Amino acid sequence: MDSSANLIEIRNLKTHFKTDDGLVKAVDGIDLDVPRGKVLCVVGESGSGKSIMARSIMRIVQPPGRIVAGSIDYAAESGHQVDLAALDPIGAQMRDIRGGDFGMVFQEPMTALSPVHTVGDQVTEALLLHRQVDRNAATAAAAAMLARVGLPDPTGTLRRFPFELSGGMRQRVCIAMALICRPKLLIADEPTTALDVTTQAQVLDLIGELQAEMGLTVLFITHNLGVVAQIADSVAVMYLGRVVEYADVDTLFHDPRHPYTQALLRSVPRPGLRGARLPTIRGSVPHALDRPTGCLFQTRCDVAVAGLCDRELPPTHRVAPGHLVRCVHANQARAVGEPA
Amino acid sequence: MLEVEHAARAAKDRPDTLTRKRERYLAAGQWQLIWRRFRRHKLGLAGGAVAALIYLVALFAEFLAPTTFEEYTAAYRFAPPMPVEIVHIAQDGSWHWGLHTHPLVPTVDKVKMRRTLAPDGQTVVPIHFFVSGAPYKFWGIFPTDLHFFGTGDPKIPLMLLGGDRLGRDLLSRIIYGSRISLSIGLFGVAISLLLGVIIGGISGYIGGITDNLIQRLVEILDSIPSVPLWIGLAAIIPLTLAPELVYFLITLILALIGWTGLARVVRGRFLALKHEDFIIAARLDGASSLRIILRHMVPSFMSHIIAALSLAIPGMILAETALSYLGIGLRPPVVSWGVLLQDAQNIRTIVEAPWLLLPGGAVIVTVLALNFLGDGLRDAADPYST
Amino acid sequence: MLGYIARRILMIVPTMLVISMVVFLVIQLPPGDYANTLMATMQDSGMDNFGVEALRKQYGLDQPVWIQYGRWIWGILSAGDFGYSFKWSVPVSQLIWDRLGLSVLVSLSALLLTWAIALPIGIFAAARKYTVGDYLASFIGFAGLAVPNFLLALLIMYGAFSIFGMSVGGLFSAEYVNAPWSFAKIGDLLSHIWIPALVVGLGGTASLIRIMRANLLDELGKPYVVTARAKGLGETRLLLKYPLRLALNPFVSSLAWVLPGLVSGETIVSIVLSLPTTGPLLLDALIAQDMYLAGSIILMLSVLTIVGTLLSDILLAILDPRVRYA
Repeated sequence: MDSSANLIEIRNLKTHFKTDDGLVKAVDGIDLDVPRGKVLCVVGESGSGKSIMARSIMRIVQPPGRIVAGSIDYAAESGHQVDLAALDPIGAQMRDIRGGDFGMVFQEPMTALSPVHTVGDQVTEALLLHRQVDRNAATAAAAAMLARVGLPDPTGTLRRFPFELSGGMRQRVCIAMALICRPKLLIADEPTTALDVTTQAQVLDLIGELQAEMGLTVLFITHNLGVVAQIADSVAVMYLGRVVEYADVDTLFHDPRHPYTQALLRSVPRPGLRGARLPTIRGSVPHALDRPTGCLFQTRCDVAVAGLCDRELPPTHRVAPGHLVRCVHANQARAVGEPA
Repeated sequence: MLEVEHAARAAKDRPDTLTRKRERYLAAGQWQLIWRRFRRHKLGLAGGAVAALIYLVALFAEFLAPTTFEEYTAAYRFAPPMPVEIVHIAQDGSWHWGLHTHPLVPTVDKVKMRRTLAPDGQTVVPIHFFVSGAPYKFWGIFPTDLHFFGTGDPKIPLMLLGGDRLGRDLLSRIIYGSRISLSIGLFGVAISLLLGVIIGGISGYIGGITDNLIQRLVEILDSIPSVPLWIGLAAIIPLTLAPELVYFLITLILALIGWTGLARVVRGRFLALKHEDFIIAARLDGASSLRIILRHMVPSFMSHIIAALSLAIPGMILAETALSYLGIGLRPPVVSWGVLLQDAQNIRTIVEAPWLLLPGGAVIVTVLALNFLGDGLRDAADPYST
Repeated sequence: MLGYIARRILMIVPTMLVISMVVFLVIQLPPGDYANTLMATMQDSGMDNFGVEALRKQYGLDQPVWIQYGRWIWGILSAGDFGYSFKWSVPVSQLIWDRLGLSVLVSLSALLLTWAIALPIGIFAAARKYTVGDYLASFIGFAGLAVPNFLLALLIMYGAFSIFGMSVGGLFSAEYVNAPWSFAKIGDLLSHIWIPALVVGLGGTASLIRIMRANLLDELGKPYVVTARAKGLGETRLLLKYPLRLALNPFVSSLAWVLPGLVSGETIVSIVLSLPTTGPLLLDALIAQDMYLAGSIILMLSVLTIVGTLLSDILLAILDPRVRYA
């Protein structure tokens, strides 16, 4: 593991769910590097497995789901390397890391907080749990954190209940809650999807500032390419439980190599193009129990090669340092933004 | 439910892979869906089966009972349950096959120093099916004397569950009692339903002050503990009133106190539905209130009502049993399980003849069965539960 | 918060008035009155119509219903005078207070017992869903539901008598029945009260177990539980602090409707077990049409229930801030 460059290295992670209807391979063989101190955006449609991957890192995947293979190597403070996948998910070691070294923010601020506990109680909880501080110090730290995330009247807010706050304010509370222990990693699972555009912009700015200030590593999950363009340093594109392309943000937008990425970028509506049909990706995502053999994207791919793409999984091609593509056409640069 | 599970479920249902059979399965109507879910609820099915069986017994009570409810044999007072055996080994060692019992003869119990009845192991009384016994009128109309099973011997009764203090067969009385106890449950619930749906419906649909007033009234009625209120109302009934009238009045009393539960369910459903988008859409479409209620709302909560009903019936049965037991409900010669339990009031009596508590067993089984059924129906009817 | 409590208390007053009217009406329903009953029992003494009328006047039974009601209510509110018991020839208040106190005691004990049993079993059943423990808990629940409480009382009496040879009935041993109150008497009471409390409480236990289990299961799947887990909380602590807290709300509010059931159950069970509480007295009073006695008992039992409901609402407001600020 290259712990100077990467905070986390995921190798061949597989998280499967045994349901009544069959085995759902939500995450099926992911290799991913989370670079230290940078923002990694994970992009994908619903069902791509991005949330499950995040929860796998945090080890909060509930039965019937479990990690069945792979490793999640984490470069811990002490200089040691810990395989999170091998730890007992409810054991003390993982619980120390979870909340102490990793903080997570979720998609729905309206339901992510307990309605019967005060904001202060919930924000100070992680600090009291992971750091040796007394209640007063924790409350002061909580107030400071609330101020930092932009909430007016932080001390008053500590005494309030979540239902007294708006969605945007609640999300800020969640961010404060996740960061109060000064973790190394912030995992944000679509934190702005449920917010209106203005609030979304504010929250994104906030995350950006905090990241720079605290030297945070951020794993930001989204399906919104605009958000990616705004905050990402590097991007991983996921499809049906696998990473299909990984690159730094500039390269991804200017030189995408995977047909899925290219199709995604093509389908972003562009002002100025009038009278043309909105490009979409034909077909729909195959359902989890009905995955095609070989490349998962072949059913919707315009350049699929019969006899090749439907036989085996394409291997990962290293197009350039830091640019990985899982496609047989990886080495052919294609023009992006062709006229619709 | 997990997203992953949803995705998994839909795997078979892509337009190009849908079979006819699967299509029909998916396009099932509301009742089919409910039935399907109910089928998965094992306890509910079991409860429903047992309840159906018990109601069948109540329907064919006179035929199924070995004798009538008033037929008595003086020599068999406080008789213990008679044994039923298949093989009889005679004194000469020969084996005789056939369902049979032994008559009870007076003996002295040396342990308790008392005279009791015990089976005479040597005398065999065969048990026959479709046998001639005490005459009765089937459903009060058809005179006959055919019984499903019995001894066929008018001098030796078949008392599978023992005899009471007058020498009447307890099993027969319990079977006859089922008819009364169960029917009170049904009729009482029917009246409750009528009251509950009307009042609860008005309250929920109109809302506003009417709703508030009705709710206050319901709350007030509910604050009065039911047993004292039952006792109060039941004590009204003069002792000399005809049994049929007493039956009717008791049913009425139970229903009058029980409607509040159903009214609450109905009102709750109306309130919840009023703000549903599909109701607002119907109203915007110009549908009249009546049409909205009948066509859109009622189908939505029908299943809840049925579930609530099947949970209300056992409540009625328990109430009638309690009242009759206390002596202020149904009275002899009417036979209900509560009336039968009156014989078991005295602790001395119970110690002498503990089988007199068996009507309680009938109550327990029925109430359990109906509760399981109601639970199953309720789970199946709720579209939002997993 | 205080405002909420004040409002609730204020709302109770009209409720209690209406209940007293309903109760009085119910008592008046049987045709005839106590004078008739008296006449029927004293047929032989040859009382004639004049005698009956004189009796009526003496007891005030000739007045219109609403006047009788008015006098009764006024007596209660102004002087705590519940009227006169025709059958026992003493003021009602002399008869009911002791028994009422014991009724309250039995009902409360049943309530506490119910909670103490239902809460842990419900939590256990939810946390260990679909295991043997869960099914066992459900079974206990159903047993409590289906067995009528008077039957249970009978069974326990029967069991105690035939197995232990002791007669269980009454709240006091023979030597303490008429003794003045002392710690020893309280101890004796406690040793006897658990049987009625258990019998009365079992029915309520069933539904409370199921409610607790259902609510907890509901809450366990919610997002705020995931958030808490993501903070690194241990599973037990997580369970107790968050979903349990929320699952308690419906549990506490269920108190409102469990209480009338307990009072009802107490009435029947006390008749079966011959306890010196209001149940047996009420039954006799109603059959004899001793209306002030009967009416007062039902009224006081209803008051008990309402006060209990009020307490439950207050408790809920303490537990759930959303209720307070609504």
